[in-house]
Amino acid sequence: MTEPVLSVRNLQVEFASRRGTLRAIDSVSFDIAKGEVLGVVGESGAGKSVTGLAVIGLIDSPGRISGGEIRLSGLRIDDLPPEEMRRVRGKRIGMIFQDPLTSLNPLYKIGDQLIETIRTHLNLSETAARRRAIDLLAEVGIPAPEKRIDGYPHEFSGGMRQRVVIALAICAEPELIIADEPTTALDVSVQAQIISLIKRLGRDHGTAVMLVTHDMGVIAETSDRVAVMYAGRVAEIGPVQDVVQNALHPYAKGLMGAIPTLAGDDKRLVQIPGSMPRLSAIPRGCSFNPRCALAFDRCRVERPEPLPRGAQSVACHLYDSVPAESAA
Amino acid sequence: MLAFTLRRAIQAIGVMIAVGIISFSMFRFAGDPVNQMVGMDTSGAERAAIRKSLGLDDPVIVQFGRYIGNAAQFKFGVSYQFRLPVSNLLMERMPATLELAVCATIFAMLCGILMGVYSALRRDSWLTHAFQAISLIGISLPTFLIGILMIYLFSVTLGWLPSFGRGDVVHIGWWTTGLLTLSGLKALIMPSITLGLFQMTLIMRLVRTEMLEVMRTDYIRFARARGLTTRAIHYGHALRNTMIPVITVAGLQFGSVIAFAIITETVFQWPGMGLLFVQAVQNVDIPIMAAYLMMVSLIFVTINLVVDILYTIVDPRLRSTISRAH
Repeated sequence: MTEPVLSVRNLQVEFASRRGTLRAIDSVSFDIAKGEVLGVVGESGAGKSVTGLAVIGLIDSPGRISGGEIRLSGLRIDDLPPEEMRRVRGKRIGMIFQDPLTSLNPLYKIGDQLIETIRTHLNLSETAARRRAIDLLAEVGIPAPEKRIDGYPHEFSGGMRQRVVIALAICAEPELIIADEPTTALDVSVQAQIISLIKRLGRDHGTAVMLVTHDMGVIAETSDRVAVMYAGRVAEIGPVQDVVQNALHPYAKGLMGAIPTLAGDDKRLVQIPGSMPRLSAIPRGCSFNPRCALAFDRCRVERPEPLPRGAQSVACHLYDSVPAESAA
Repeated sequence: MLAFTLRRAIQAIGVMIAVGIISFSMFRFAGDPVNQMVGMDTSGAERAAIRKSLGLDDPVIVQFGRYIGNAAQFKFGVSYQFRLPVSNLLMERMPATLELAVCATIFAMLCGILMGVYSALRRDSWLTHAFQAISLIGISLPTFLIGILMIYLFSVTLGWLPSFGRGDVVHIGWWTTGLLTLSGLKALIMPSITLGLFQMTLIMRLVRTEMLEVMRTDYIRFARARGLTTRAIHYGHALRNTMIPVITVAGLQFGSVIAFAIITETVFQWPGMGLLFVQAVQNVDIPIMAAYLMMVSLIFVTINLVVDILYTIVDPRLRSTISRAH
């Protein structure tokens, strides 16, 4: 078996606050293989973005990675010295942020920003870097790239800016792209284009993609596998078809039930009662138990560990006592 | 771009006419100029003749028109005390003031930006705390006190620097400069620091706040995610984005540097326009006061104009909104 591009094991991220340490990420584990798209889904505050930032090493004080390990193609990166981690960022891991309108420095031409990034990571001359920048812009679908390369960010539309951001993220052919809500700030019609662009780039270059979003539609369309996060933990992870059609974790079931369909049945969408607990008030046992209709005594005392269930893995006590055959 | 510059220039002319009205009215409210010029024993008829020859019996509006017309050609009349054309006096004194103001501003910008950047990037270093303390002193101590303290320390006690004057100057055409002689440079040090200290603390605080603000933006985070070097992020991306407000403030402050030079020039007996103005006030030399007012306003207005144009050079977004607006 080939080594996964990204392997996260028991990742823990803590934030020091005035009222003690808050654990934003708690024993999160997942792998992403070459060319695979892993969707990470969950409510706001579930820890999706923090996971992405932890992988690329951009957790800022007062936050810190307090446990676990992150490996990139076998190389452990969570404890690299800052200067070495900087070389990994942009070169081996590319990141795309949510808001293309604010991701680009307004005072520099996009070409300058591309050339700067390319020359930081690759040993190219100014002219060669400019050639490469034009090729990248063409690849991400910017029309007339040899002209637009001298444009400033404000001269581009939101969708076009996100394409520029993607070009910046892939300019050193990274093994892994982390896309943190790449479409949230865009129009629906542009969203589809950006998603298919990310998907195409992942396929063409064999890049692993970690796609963070709260949009199940985007996940279903793009991802090979999906991780459902809740209160800083992975509730369920598995192939996207299995999870969408046959979610195991009660929270994942609830999420899937909340996807509107175009089929036209006028059933009310399922709503999960209550809201996600704050980091300072995560309940004992399973963090989902106060909102779970199926919770029993054990859920209120003992924290469930991930259990393999076919291709899926689920952190829920419901599947511990039941034999594997009858679970599905 | 041209239309924008032109429109700003027209606004500037409007401001100058308004200042002209104020400085013109100084003549009318500060007593009868004829009385200032003649002795006690001059007869009424002689006074009337002088008044007529100076055009002082024309309607006010005609006199004002004449005044503005002359001012536009830098003719401000004759000083009461020196009996010399005011414009000659001002021109003679201007190089001293401008050199002082420019040196003070360069000192303020250089130290202010360096200290501001440092204290934004190293928030907890002891040097940052020291800078904060210095800035507190700079902002709260009055200029003349700092000047006098420095004279006491460096001139009286240590004897390193001259306590007054400009030192030896070199004439280049009508311009006199103290920058080319050692004694001139030495004489510049203390007045420049005294004059620039307030602006320096202002710029330092501004750079620090802006820099902290910019470091939190998405494009800095994205720049870090792209693996750019810390150096490139801090000085290439963050600092350039903090320069817009700094240019504005430093530019606008240059006008007040010239205006505040009055105090510094008095403390150091610096032979500039400010000292001339103080002497003029003591002797009710209205032509000099009026001309000084016009000159300082002209400098203010010019700087404003230049700052507006500089903006568009630093920030490409403004360039296109301006060209789109016309």
